[in-house]
Amino acid sequence: MPHRKVGFGLGSIGAAVVNGVWRLGYASRFFMMTLISSGASFRRIHLTIREIYFSGVMSLIIILVSGLFVGMVLGLQGYETLQKYGSESALGSLVALSLVRELGPVLAALLFASRAGSAITAEIGLMKATEQLSAMEMMAVDPISRVVAPRFWAGVISMPLLAAMFSAIGVFGGYLVGVVFIGVDEGSFWSQMQAAVDFRQDIVNGVIKSVVFGIAVTAIALFEGYDAPPTAEGVSHATTRTVVTSALAVLGLDFILTVFMFRGV
Amino acid sequence: MSQAGLECLLRIKEQILVPAENLVEISDLNFTYGKRPILKGINMKIPRGKLVAIMGLSGCGKTTTLRLIGGALKPTTGSVKVAGKEVGGLDTEDLYKMRRKMGMLFQFGALFTDLSVYENVAFQMREHTDLPETVIRDLVMMKLQAVGLLGAHKLMPSELSGGMARRVALARAIALDPMLMMYDEPFAGLDPISLSVIGNLIRHLNDALGATSIVVTHDIQESLKIVDYVYFMADGVVVAEGSAEDIKASKLPFVHQFVWGEIDGPVSFHYPSPPYRKDLLLEAQSSYAA
Repeated sequence: MPHRKVGFGLGSIGAAVVNGVWRLGYASRFFMMTLISSGASFRRIHLTIREIYFSGVMSLIIILVSGLFVGMVLGLQGYETLQKYGSESALGSLVALSLVRELGPVLAALLFASRAGSAITAEIGLMKATEQLSAMEMMAVDPISRVVAPRFWAGVISMPLLAAMFSAIGVFGGYLVGVVFIGVDEGSFWSQMQAAVDFRQDIVNGVIKSVVFGIAVTAIALFEGYDAPPTAEGVSHATTRTVVTSALAVLGLDFILTVFMFRGV
Repeated sequence: MSQAGLECLLRIKEQILVPAENLVEISDLNFTYGKRPILKGINMKIPRGKLVAIMGLSGCGKTTTLRLIGGALKPTTGSVKVAGKEVGGLDTEDLYKMRRKMGMLFQFGALFTDLSVYENVAFQMREHTDLPETVIRDLVMMKLQAVGLLGAHKLMPSELSGGMARRVALARAIALDPMLMMYDEPFAGLDPISLSVIGNLIRHLNDALGATSIVVTHDIQESLKIVDYVYFMADGVVVAEGSAEDIKASKLPFVHQFVWGEIDGPVSFHYPSPPYRKDLLLEAQSSYAA
């Protein structure tokens, strides 16, 4: 009997591995098909602009409010730490570097995954469940070109803009707490920030990160929606998977990108 | 001449020149999902201009047959020909060219929920033609007038009743005047009035467009009023075929039970299961008592 249990356990692990590899291959093929079918997203730019509105513009509130609070907390915590060493004038550079390099792209991507990613998955999953995608195929219209690709490019375009806004409003939050409420010297706050933040090293790398996160989050959301079983339970699970997988992908990719971008700086 | 006009002329020319009487021909068609056989060697011929019903119980393979005709599935073995072309052998580009000549009404309409009624009907025209907006508007209004919903063009799908949604989907399906119309359970879940309206529309549109129509349904009363020919399916095979009168007069036990809605007959109420007594452990208890 123990041999049978071990055999069953190994079989389950093997099946899980095979299933995982198969799913990864299917997702890669789906991603490639999306890229190949992207022509219409730019030829008929109104399709992409409409999705930018739903993914990007509709995410603005949560991004701006979260960014403001994160910046304010950074200002408060940063001041508490820096004042112990008499370096409270470096608060501006601490807030800006934290936001531009890490917190802006990462937190904006996590919020984007929760707000827009889950909505994309649910929408496409429900389109599948109500046979809208099948109807499109029967009308000789490729759903990947008409539905998936515009949403993909909308996500890729929206993400860096949202991350930039998150960082900008976060810096303002840090200023509000540090300079207005606590009384750090305004000149030091801005001049230290200007001296510490490097355009190529910090801003561009932050933008690159947010573009990569945008690709990852949107691709995961689209794939999960397209692959969702056409039932209420299937769409619900797919939506949950989008948020969980996107969050893990963002954090993992952030570490890898940080290793390459900021090693030895 | 516009692209749509040119396509229309080519289609008329094709229909005149192609001598085949049958628009759809299915021969020895087998289809399996994994190891489970769904269709077992079925043969059908759908003549041009006719309205043909495929009937049978839920799960007998009707919708699968429709999907095979539309190229959404490929046959395991056998052949499905539409207008003389083997559907399973077409590449994506040719399949999409063929689908432009087909229309399909899905069970619950499958309207695009983010588009208005007007935009739903205009969808194919915008995707496949370069017609100016004024022409698209006239065509959309003509299609909506045909299904009696001209006044509903500004509504969203969420504002429509089930019967109205089905009629909008019908207007969308005939947007490019297809040569083959396919209806997947068009009568499901409709009230009696909507049911008659949809039934009449299917018949009239088939005749007015000069199209060929296939209706997959298990609504016997409404469909026998409008169809020219019926294929009866059970458990993946065609068990009977004939005109509506032939089907009504059929003495085959399955067809008789289906047409007259009888409880007793070859189709059992119970799903196959072990004996009920055994399931309730009565046999075990009686053996203990003994």
